Amino acid sequence: MSETAFAGGRAAARGRRRTLRRVREAPIYVLLWACAALSIFTTFGIVAVLFEETANFLGEVSPVEFLTGTEWTPLFTDRHFGVLPLLNATLLMAAVAMLFAVPMGLLAAIFLSEYAHPRLRAVVKPVLEILAGIPTVVYGYFALQFISPEIVRTAFGQNTPIFNALSASLAMAIMVLPLVSSLSEDALRAVPQSLREGAYGLGATKFEVATRVVFPGALSGIIAAVILAGSRAVGETMIVTIAAGNQPNLSWNPLEGMQAMSAYIVQVSLGDTPRGTIEYSTIFAVGLLLFLMTLILNIGAQVLLSRFREEYE
Amino acid sequence: MTLSEALAASGARAVMRRATGRLFLAVCATATAAGIVALGVLLLTVASDGLGRLSWEFIDSYPSRFADRAGIKSALMGTIWVMAFTALFAIPVGIGAAIYLEEFAPRNWLTKVIETNINNLAGVPSIIYGLLGLALFVRAMELGRSVLAGGLTLALLVLPIIIVAAREGLRAVPPSIREAALGLGATRWQTVRFQVLPPAMPAMMTGIVLSLSRAIGETAPLIVMGALTFVAFVPTGPESAFTVLPIQIYNWISRPQTEFHATAAAGILVLLAVLLTMNALAVGLRMYFERTRKW
Repeated sequence: MSETAFAGGRAAARGRRRTLRRVREAPIYVLLWACAALSIFTTFGIVAVLFEETANFLGEVSPVEFLTGTEWTPLFTDRHFGVLPLLNATLLMAAVAMLFAVPMGLLAAIFLSEYAHPRLRAVVKPVLEILAGIPTVVYGYFALQFISPEIVRTAFGQNTPIFNALSASLAMAIMVLPLVSSLSEDALRAVPQSLREGAYGLGATKFEVATRVVFPGALSGIIAAVILAGSRAVGETMIVTIAAGNQPNLSWNPLEGMQAMSAYIVQVSLGDTPRGTIEYSTIFAVGLLLFLMTLILNIGAQVLLSRFREEYE
Repeated sequence: MTLSEALAASGARAVMRRATGRLFLAVCATATAAGIVALGVLLLTVASDGLGRLSWEFIDSYPSRFADRAGIKSALMGTIWVMAFTALFAIPVGIGAAIYLEEFAPRNWLTKVIETNINNLAGVPSIIYGLLGLALFVRAMELGRSVLAGGLTLALLVLPIIIVAAREGLRAVPPSIREAALGLGATRWQTVRFQVLPPAMPAMMTGIVLSLSRAIGETAPLIVMGALTFVAFVPTGPESAFTVLPIQIYNWISRPQTEFHATAAAGILVLLAVLLTMNALAVGLRMYFERTRKW
């Protein structure tokens, strides 16, 4: 056998080994891809499950009655399926929570990003983020046992019902506060240092730099943070179930008890509702509405975030 | 206006501007402090309500109609069982998805769809996962209201968070290590398996432990999926009925008798202790990671 033929044989063997290795690894790639693609199936699963039962529901109740009715009494003998009391309660409680959480969160973000010494920030930021890791059932307890008797009743009189929307909103505000502050702080810190230095060079004070240069520069990231926090508040369940009372109540007064959409789903789930009944499909119809609301908010936030990233990269 | 008047006016303006700045700083610092104070008050309230009820008997007893005899054993064991199945399912799938997206995914529309989708799933309210678990695992797959169905429901819930955490761990491994392995003739899988995964593992596990600790506190999805609220036994297997810590706490909170509120607070202390343990584990892993890192 000549030298070249021998070398050629070796190269061919190497080539075969390489092909073999690639063939043997193919299943691994497929498996890894399947893990990533599972998320798509989860989404399909959620959409399919919600739509299927909602279709059953809308077979018996007209969509007009569902979306515009002002009475929600699916568990009574005199049944009404108007979702507005639940929708109103969800939006009202989320809005009141945001009324407190947004200004506080933004001020805290400005403090941490523009004023605090790095060493102080390294301590304060994780401490604030502990708030986001506390289970919501604990906030429910806090709302019912502390906020409602000690804060809300002290401020608005002892005749205020112990289960009221405001207590739930305040607990929710504490819960989403770190979400607003952490995400906005990231946005503020992403504003290039050169913009701050330029403003200082023109004689601006620290306050003017923070509020007129850095804050507007980070605005799309900040709005995204606020939207994400709002979406969390809309979908929040245990706080409103525990502290807001469980009576459907179409009212604008946060001192009254009311039932949010998520709280209704929990209430029905706690009882044993057999599949195929209209009560069973109502929780999916309400769930679909809740899902669509949070989906719109989340997509809005992501569009804003991707635009924000483009601005400074 | 004379020169001296103009100077005085601008001096006054400067004083005003500085005062505004100081006031603003005070407001910002107050807002930050308020968040920390809220955390302190919350922990103090729970501790002062619950410490008196906390004892070994409380941890080692089953729930009871009598508040002073009620314990948390079945819920604690239920949480451990459910989390075991969640971890068993979510960790391998989460790491697999992270490896695919970080190391192998081509830059095309399908990858983009998957990534956007994972971001969206992370924002879906947890109660919706409960509806999915109820219809898919409990009814369609006929797993019943079991530990296994609960574990799978929570696994789907934490999967997006685990994927994000695992990707961050992989990203911390410098590209030069991959290039060196590929340059020596390793295949892409060999590179990932033998060069990227080992150093990325501790950081990935840190993120994963934190993601799992989120699942421990979840109440709503398991209630909706159909977990029981009063369980006087420890789960015996995957088909067993169960309850978990937060559901047991919710059950005690929602009772009209006030004696049960101290029991609920004691339950919260146990839940927070479990979470603290998980977080300490994550911090420990991170410290280990930083000590053994080679670059």
